[in-house]
Amino acid sequence: MTHAPAHPIAPNPRNLDDRGLSETPAQHASYLRDGYTLRSWLLTTDHKRVALLYLASVTMFFFVGGAAAALMRFDLLTPEADLLTNEGYNRAFTLHGVIMVWFFLIPSIPNTFGNFLLPLMIGARDLAFPRLNLLSWYVYMLGGLFTLFVLVAGGVDTGWTFYTPLSSMFAHGHVILAATAVFVVGFSSIMTGLNFIVTVHKLRCPGMTWGRLPLFVWSMYATSLILVLATPVLSVALALIAAERLFGLGIFDPALGGDPLLYQHLFWFYSHPAVYIMVLPALGVVSELVAAAARKPVFGYRFVAGSSLAIAAVGFLVWGHHMFVAGQSMYASAVFSFLSLVVAVPSGIKVYNWTATLYKGDISLDPPFLFAMCFICLFVLGGLTGLVLAMLAIDVHVHDTYFVVAHFHYIMVGGTVAAYFGALHYWWPKIVGRMYSLAWGRVGALLIFFGFNLTFFPQFILGYLGMRRRIHVYAPDFQVLNVLSSAGSSILAAAYLLPLLYLFWSLRRGAPAPPNPWGATGLEWTVPSPPPKHNFEVPPVVTRGAYDYGSRHEGRS
Amino acid sequence: MTEGMLREPYATLHQQHQAARLGMHLFLASEVMLFGGLFAVVMVMRILHPHEVVAASERLHMWLGAANTAILLTSSLLVAIAVEVARETRRRATYRYLAGAALLGLLFLALKAFEYGSEYEEGILPGGSAAALSNPVQHQFMNVYLVATGLHAVHVTIGVLLLAGLAGGLAAASLTLPKRIPLVENLGLYWHLVDVIWIFLYPTLYLAR
Repeated sequence: MTHAPAHPIAPNPRNLDDRGLSETPAQHASYLRDGYTLRSWLLTTDHKRVALLYLASVTMFFFVGGAAAALMRFDLLTPEADLLTNEGYNRAFTLHGVIMVWFFLIPSIPNTFGNFLLPLMIGARDLAFPRLNLLSWYVYMLGGLFTLFVLVAGGVDTGWTFYTPLSSMFAHGHVILAATAVFVVGFSSIMTGLNFIVTVHKLRCPGMTWGRLPLFVWSMYATSLILVLATPVLSVALALIAAERLFGLGIFDPALGGDPLLYQHLFWFYSHPAVYIMVLPALGVVSELVAAAARKPVFGYRFVAGSSLAIAAVGFLVWGHHMFVAGQSMYASAVFSFLSLVVAVPSGIKVYNWTATLYKGDISLDPPFLFAMCFICLFVLGGLTGLVLAMLAIDVHVHDTYFVVAHFHYIMVGGTVAAYFGALHYWWPKIVGRMYSLAWGRVGALLIFFGFNLTFFPQFILGYLGMRRRIHVYAPDFQVLNVLSSAGSSILAAAYLLPLLYLFWSLRRGAPAPPNPWGATGLEWTVPSPPPKHNFEVPPVVTRGAYDYGSRHEGRS
Repeated sequence: MTEGMLREPYATLHQQHQAARLGMHLFLASEVMLFGGLFAVVMVMRILHPHEVVAASERLHMWLGAANTAILLTSSLLVAIAVEVARETRRRATYRYLAGAALLGLLFLALKAFEYGSEYEEGILPGGSAAALSNPVQHQFMNVYLVATGLHAVHVTIGVLLLAGLAGGLAAASLTLPKRIPLVENLGLYWHLVDVIWIFLYPTLYLAR
């Protein structure tokens, strides 16, 4: 067979009138100009528009979940229960958990930036299954409607973990509705993961070998594997709770010889890998931000890419560390403890390699870089305290205390949300075609870092001193640290609202963004900002590695 | 005509075909994990309560299950043949084999419904009095049995509808063949998985005595 053109309609790049793959001048100008009607957005199959649908809905849920957290921090200002009732407090932290985990953190980076960037980064015109991609957003919104209905109808008080037998036999709230919401949104996760894996396998442009994939694509690939393989286990666990609660088909019920621990195993088999669903995309974002800021090839590309897969693989085998004090076998605990420590190795590889990338780099203190630094600092703190918690003996002391709360907020909020904002500041010019105020961006990054640490660092101390999580009446000795934490959370809230202001401002007033404002490598920077509807008018051919910045900036003394 | 089938992000039909198959494989992997959770539940139950689980398992109609296994395996064979004849673009043969497979799927569901009915009358199926069970663990086993086989039956029902739809479309020539080979293959893959899940469910629930 002779070399057929890659596309049936082969555009001629030398002919300026040839608009390539775009059918109309509007599509050629940008994906944003391809229709202004509501219908053109709600029925779009363009991955870039679906990404923006997700961006809007994920942001909305972020602030709903944040409002629940604000209620809790207000209530915790004093040792007494003055703002919320006991029941109300339980409902606030449950909704905060459910919304933040399933409706913000898990879809946050994959479904917005992954959707937008994956095809651009590998030189594809769209994701492998564009209609499935749109369907995943509708399924997400359906799950979201269930959640909002639960919120309005009075909430649910089991905690985001839905532990049995509390959830199946005793809880009064809308357990079934909340579980349905999570069950439904799980299918959206599976669709997205499936779409991304097929896209990376089948739609790489000529020359885009596996060894040339941007690290963000590697991390999205690892994340997608977890999405596809872990989410169904949660679905079945929730279905079993529903069977028990709705139809009396006891499966975890101790009265029938059932084992409540079994539910915890099934739940954490999903929910621990889910932590890596949340943090792996962030690790990928930071790899991109660090390389762009240092203007150097990423140190140890193969190790950074491989560590994403290693985290995904080992992440499947550590779920038992959530159950050290739940009565699981001592030997199982020892193995889970060891494997949990093992995860630190690939995580450490990433941090060392980022540091080595920055070494002698030509660093500019742009907002994306500041967010990346914020991420690395908070991720290291969260990761090291994770090692503390993985130790069997220490875990017994701090289990179910604020130490745990602080630890996972450092990873998920400090880490993932910082990376989310980093990605937003890095790719915003590409997405909307406008520059924002870099000065305000720097202020935003610093405020988030300061507010976050003030909120959550005191919680490490609180937990170590023995304050339990999920209570709102506490010993008066703990009040000073709690007030500090609540004060920090008000700064954090302002810091999260601030980017909303200057990014919206940039939509109207920002200077038009050049195709490559940060001087970064990567296919997404070779197309106009914002990109045309079909991404690439001429199918790209890749001849170099992902971070080929040349040697111009290296070795400066 | 084949040109018209090429959809948005793809450059060649071959690439599009490969992507569809990989997507199906990944979907089936997620299905395996879905049922994996249920198999884990049955396994744990059996390790915790070996005697009661065996006692409850002995109440199930082993021969009805065996007949259903044979029916489902045969229908899988028909689907495998349908995929082969579809690749040879023999439209008439393809829809006949697919319709045969759908009918056998229907027969499986009918037999399963009859089995649930007789179990209900014997008082071992939850939902009724379930009075014939002497031990709480046996109740629990029957609960898991109902959930697992019920979830499988839902998959069979979806499969039957899809097989019948595809057979009908091919018979009415609203679907044509070289174009729809990937569809026949992917539906075949799904039907085989439904079959494979039953092949594991049957010994786990019926034969573990």
